[in-house]
Amino acid sequence: MSEQLYEVTLLVNGVHRSATVPARRLLSDFLRHDLELTGTHVGCEHGVCGACTVLVGGRPIRSCLQFAVTVDGEEVTTVEGCTRPDGELGPVQQAFRDCHGLQCGFCTPGFVTTITAYLHENPEPTADEAREAIAGNLCRCTGYQNIVASVLRAAQLRTGSTEAAAEAAP
Amino acid sequence: MTTSMLGEPIARREDPRLLTGQGRYLDDIGHRALAAAFVRSPHAHARIVDVDVTEALDVDGLVAIYTHDDLEGRVGEPLPLLIPHEALTHGRTPYALAKDEVNHVGEAVVMVVATDRYVAEDACERIRVRYDFLPPVVGIEAARDAALLVHDDVPGNVSAHLVQENGDARSAIDAAPNVLELDLAIERSASTPLEGRGVHARWDADDHSLRVYTSTQASTSVRAALAAKLGLPPDRVEVIAPDVGGGFGVKIMHPWPEEVLVPWAAIRLGREVKWTEDRREHFVSATHERGQLQHVRVGFDDEGRLLGLDVTVWHDNGAYTPYGIIVPIITTTQLLGPYKPGAYRAEFFSLYTNTVTVTPYRGAGRPQGCFAMERTMDAIAEHLGVDRTVVRERNFIQPDEMPFDHGLTFQDGRPLIYDSGDYPATLEKIKKLVGWDDFAAFRSEARAAGRRVGIGIGCYVEGTGVGPYEGGFVKVETDGTVVVATGLTTQGQGHQTVFAQVVAAELGVPIERVAVTTGDTRRFGYAVGTFASRAAVMSGNAIAIAARKVRDKALRVAGEALEADARDLEIVDGTVRVVGSPPGAPGTSIPLATVAVLANPLRYAFDREAERATQFGGPVDVSKPPVAEGDSPGLEETGYYSPPRSTFANGMHAAIVETDPDTAEISILRYCVVHDCGTLINPRIVEGQIHGGVAQGVGGALYERMVYDDAGQLLNASFMDFLMPYSTEVPVVETDHQQTPSPLNPLGIKGAGEAGVIPVSAVIASAVSDAEGFAVTRMPISPSDLHELRLRHSSEGGPAR
Amino acid sequence: MKPSGFAYHRPSTVAEAVDVLAEVSPAGKVLAGGQSLVPMLNMRLAAPAHLVDVNRLTELAYVRVDDDGGRRTVVVGALARHTDVEHDAAAHAALPLLREALRTVAHPTIRNRGTTVGSIAHADPSGEMGAVLALLGGTVELRSARGTRTVAAAEFTTGPMETSAAPDELVTSVAFPVPEGRTGTAWTELARRNGDYAVCGVGVLVRLGDDHRVVAARAVYVSMGPVPTVLDLTEPVAGQDPRADDDGWAAAGRLAAWRLDPDDDIHATAGYRRQLAAVLTERALRTAARRATEVAV
Repeated sequence: MSEQLYEVTLLVNGVHRSATVPARRLLSDFLRHDLELTGTHVGCEHGVCGACTVLVGGRPIRSCLQFAVTVDGEEVTTVEGCTRPDGELGPVQQAFRDCHGLQCGFCTPGFVTTITAYLHENPEPTADEAREAIAGNLCRCTGYQNIVASVLRAAQLRTGSTEAAAEAAP
Repeated sequence: MTTSMLGEPIARREDPRLLTGQGRYLDDIGHRALAAAFVRSPHAHARIVDVDVTEALDVDGLVAIYTHDDLEGRVGEPLPLLIPHEALTHGRTPYALAKDEVNHVGEAVVMVVATDRYVAEDACERIRVRYDFLPPVVGIEAARDAALLVHDDVPGNVSAHLVQENGDARSAIDAAPNVLELDLAIERSASTPLEGRGVHARWDADDHSLRVYTSTQASTSVRAALAAKLGLPPDRVEVIAPDVGGGFGVKIMHPWPEEVLVPWAAIRLGREVKWTEDRREHFVSATHERGQLQHVRVGFDDEGRLLGLDVTVWHDNGAYTPYGIIVPIITTTQLLGPYKPGAYRAEFFSLYTNTVTVTPYRGAGRPQGCFAMERTMDAIAEHLGVDRTVVRERNFIQPDEMPFDHGLTFQDGRPLIYDSGDYPATLEKIKKLVGWDDFAAFRSEARAAGRRVGIGIGCYVEGTGVGPYEGGFVKVETDGTVVVATGLTTQGQGHQTVFAQVVAAELGVPIERVAVTTGDTRRFGYAVGTFASRAAVMSGNAIAIAARKVRDKALRVAGEALEADARDLEIVDGTVRVVGSPPGAPGTSIPLATVAVLANPLRYAFDREAERATQFGGPVDVSKPPVAEGDSPGLEETGYYSPPRSTFANGMHAAIVETDPDTAEISILRYCVVHDCGTLINPRIVEGQIHGGVAQGVGGALYERMVYDDAGQLLNASFMDFLMPYSTEVPVVETDHQQTPSPLNPLGIKGAGEAGVIPVSAVIASAVSDAEGFAVTRMPISPSDLHELRLRHSSEGGPAR
Repeated sequence: MKPSGFAYHRPSTVAEAVDVLAEVSPAGKVLAGGQSLVPMLNMRLAAPAHLVDVNRLTELAYVRVDDDGGRRTVVVGALARHTDVEHDAAAHAALPLLREALRTVAHPTIRNRGTTVGSIAHADPSGEMGAVLALLGGTVELRSARGTRTVAAAEFTTGPMETSAAPDELVTSVAFPVPEGRTGTAWTELARRNGDYAVCGVGVLVRLGDDHRVVAARAVYVSMGPVPTVLDLTEPVAGQDPRADDDGWAAAGRLAAWRLDPDDDIHATAGYRRQLAAVLTERALRTAARRATEVAV
């Protein structure tokens, strides 16, 4: 017996992307294997590690705990979409590089998406707030020291780039 | 500009790719590959009576189902025992798919291949395996009691029994004025990288060749194992470690059952096959470590100096011993730390249990050894009423006693001889960093406010950079880029950066021009692997040796072109030039790219630059062959580094903890590290390694344990219940460095990968003991454990601080 | 860890949803935020034949404060995410306990998707929101093709992961009554890691009389039994001055510890849980009583 298929269309990183999948296809697998956007990683498939975190409608969610069909029609941002429009590293990505905020890089996409959304809500976090902001994501390599630093650095870069953007505006 | 000298904390070159989702981890490869899944034993110990696949056969998308009966030739034989040892008298390894008997929950019994993983799991669910239950052996006590056996033919459940002795420890202890005995325990944990294991295989039937991607720490050795298992010539097998999402030891184990079966099935089916381990599988079918019981008997003088030390370790090796007995060997040798033990005797029993197999996890037996020694040091201090750092200092090996021979055999089969280290200096630094001498005042203040605090310390020495060897390949391309390859693999250590730093420094080229490949047998075939804090030491030095050879040749070829003596030349920013010549002076410099062209005499030109190397391209000495005898074309060299023995890093950690008098919560208020891994290639990366190690140590000290019930079921096989720390559970880590170069290798470096994790349980136990007024002898410790300990000690009338 | 196949239904109205549930009953399972259900599906610990996805029922995506002649109630619709409830200013003003308890529900990323109603319907004995509902004496509204009914929290949760909802019923909303008078509330819990299920969690409500003395105190516990356990702790603290350092608070803690019957598990012994119940109850009562004094009546 073959499964019923659904056409699922998402606005992924600003681009409409579709694939036809069974209802049980997890959003994480849909992004990774149907759309071949493999930046989103899968570390536990039970919602604890946070590696699969993507933004749906701007809010970070676990893509391993969501069926693609449920979010049909929604706007999704993955780590691939956290770059600057010119493809250069976005502020959170740049901050991770500046602060050595990653080692093996497997958990990193979930941190980048989470922090991107967080700084939108709280552009100038304290160190304690930064630590709290990343507390739902597991990293086994860094001991989090440099990820906390990356959050703070990203806040600086964002503010800087906002100012720079404001200056650049006519 | 050359911004790459050794010791610079430069940003990592692999990061832009990894940060933008352009990494290539195992499951990112082969979107259309068939997916494998496994039916795994739900029982800890059972005989397989029957496998019934009938119900699975009509699953839409099913491609194949295999049991042990299907495995032909060497694929059906037990997997290799990787590191044999004469003391391992009863080594046992599993089959790729269980034959007749299963020995732990999670052992693979049936392999299913289907169009995708969802469908493969559907089929697995419909396969009925009938078992006859056997009583399981769970826990070290049960294994030691041996009322039940894991393997019928292994008496006492003992896989290995080893005694090492230097002097007559028992007599020395009996004669000592002070004697103490300690019983200690460390529970099981696991490496638990965020990316599990995974294998992808593609068989090219026309070319008769196999390409395997695997998330491994040892791609060359996987290739050797696969070629042997599958009966293929090794040169028809390519094994590549793509980006690997963390290893921490678990991925040095190989070949996994799945690592053999996936390529085997790919060949058999003539299709791409992939297996991506899920988290539940990882908990029950990858490997664990750490579980040990220890008994220490120590004799010491009235100053606290060790006279004799006798340690017995009962090591839980799980169901099988594919990686040999490396872990207990390391425990019983590295236990000695920075101390002179007097006469020393170490005995271990490696025991089978019906639980997941044990292989090295970052630290690899050292955290347990450090725990035993440091708890002993604290016990001596307590017994004599002497400061804990003073007792340690009195037992240190002094710098002028280096090299120091312990008279034992280390894990590499070579003598345990420390090469260098300045332990008193390290102690001074850690005391200063944590404020050891000011702690009494802090404690008084805290106590007045109703708070309970304690301070702890732990010292370790870590043998790093074990042999036998690693190699490096360095080639200057005709466009001036430098390609570098080494066979060992990378799991986040920044090798693409640090090895590029080595080459940039040795060769005098901008780091931007250096590209490093690791863990790809197509690029470098001889290697051992990434473990035991050896990558920087081994491949770093091998690459340095290769780069020096390239440099020598470049200077020679350039000397001929510039009509200058090679000894008068230097390479700066990718240009060979006469030392001291003014920049741009004609005839005094030549780009390395051009040297690479000239180093390869050509018949055919492929661009303007190449014309110079063709047979009519310029003046040549026609009396000599174009490639001199003993020389080879091109600007490329291979170098190997093979050390006589390991090099020994060291460090000391200290922590201040607070324990809640009511809830028994344990908070780490400060965590300090002083670390000596010799010369630093990239301090930022070393610092990151320390941070990560400490976090894993904190996990092992306060949160992580594998909990088995009496039936051998792992009760916490998920991230919900196996408590890896989040950011909120890890303290701020304060670090300071000490640099005592190793005299054993050209770069003077020592390994740094594991150090951070080694002393953490010892340090936290020391600090909690200090806060509570009773000795903590079992780790990890949870608030509930501490609460129960308090009840026990208060009922025994012990002191409560 | 991939879920089994299921027939998927995506109704766009509540009426349609209850019709589907009636049709597939008892083989249907409602999918809202999925933060508890999908892990179980991924591990194949649950494999419902039909999944009724209510994420299109936007009519249930609300948080509102009803006022029925001064008796106020915070009503949360089935599609309100935890985050929506946590950040709802009116709900917070009326019932600060909601936000305080919600902040201990997993991590923000989970709260972005998980629903408060779904959490209550899931009836995990570690679930904070079911406990808050029980503490406040709230109600659950159930709809089916057969009609609508309202069930008291105490009757709704019948056991661990068990409720009195019929297979064809959809929980459409829950109502948290706002305590009247000079009352204070507090939520406190201790988890092994930040965001984990509590080893012991306590919610309390303390009511003061006009003389600012305690007239009532009760508490609810998570992870301390098969269902949220509500205890009346008035006796040891009755007449107590919230600001005074009376030992009634500690006595109330001891009473709670004595009345509760938690289990051992891999994270904690029952004895430790009782110890925590005593300590956390005392701490929460003090906090709630202090807060009660600040309430303008």
